[in-house]
Amino acid sequence: MIWIAVVLVVLTLGAALAVLLLNNLLAATAAASVVSLGVALMCVMLRAPDVAMTEAVVGAGLSGLILALTLRRLGLVGLGIGQRGEKS
Amino acid sequence: MRSLASLLFVGGLGFLLLVIGGTLPLGQPPMLVGQDIQQAAADQVGTANFVTAVVLAFRGLDTLGELAILFAAATAGGLVLGNTGSRARPAAGFILRSGCDLLFPLLLVVGLYIVMHGHLTPGGGFQGGVILAAAFFLPLLARPQESLDHRWMSLIEGLSGAAFIGLGILALYQGQAFLTPLFDRGVVGELVSGGSLPLLYLAVGLKVGAELASLLSRLAHDDEVTS
Repeated sequence: MIWIAVVLVVLTLGAALAVLLLNNLLAATAAASVVSLGVALMCVMLRAPDVAMTEAVVGAGLSGLILALTLRRLGLVGLGIGQRGEKS
Repeated sequence: MRSLASLLFVGGLGFLLLVIGGTLPLGQPPMLVGQDIQQAAADQVGTANFVTAVVLAFRGLDTLGELAILFAAATAGGLVLGNTGSRARPAAGFILRSGCDLLFPLLLVVGLYIVMHGHLTPGGGFQGGVILAAAFFLPLLARPQESLDHRWMSLIEGLSGAAFIGLGILALYQGQAFLTPLFDRGVVGELVSGGSLPLLYLAVGLKVGAELASLLSRLAHDDEVTS
């Protein structure tokens, strides 16, 4: 059980680091979803299924979707930090 | 470099909190209200899921506040994003369309199950509502030329919100406090039990689902240049 927790913590922290360090905005959004997924699994291990379900649905699903759609709307999909879309 | 510095700061803050938290006894809550709720919820409210008892019965007003905040956020989002006409977008590929056809009924069933069984199993109106919104958003990804009927969405949203408040006012009419659970509690653990709580959760689920589906479709239907 403790090893599952260790793997989850490492995965979550690694994904959180990736959000900061990744240059691609879409990849950073995906990594933020992975962070939420790890937190949700940890909530399952702590026997808080309600919180886990909310975290998985809202954190991993909805917020990632909204961030990705916002990137698409701004024309920033596939671009990195500091780059500008072709539209003004 | 700045992000690394802020990461270092957050790490130090987390270490500080961990040191403080290490001195606190874990698993022994200083508040005893949780135990009281666990003992009283099944008898007083009649739900197998205690979280639902807290969210809808003991703290129904907070849920109404959450709904109001979500409503304000969705309204503001709709105002800012506007109701742009759906621009002709190339149709999605075969895999996305087939996957959408496969997932749509599954998500619909899962979302409705989570909403309907909110008083028995983990989950409830908010979680199930978000899943329903995702289910109705998927066809928009697969077939971009179609669009949700926003009039129906706002109709469902307004009616379910009004039903939530109406159930609360009905309790006032019967001489009890606002949003007191009504009706017969039934047998704990059955689908039709818990009085008016399943109805409240159904209203919450429909409202959240309609709001978020509307917001997502507004976000997806843009008239901007896309890659």
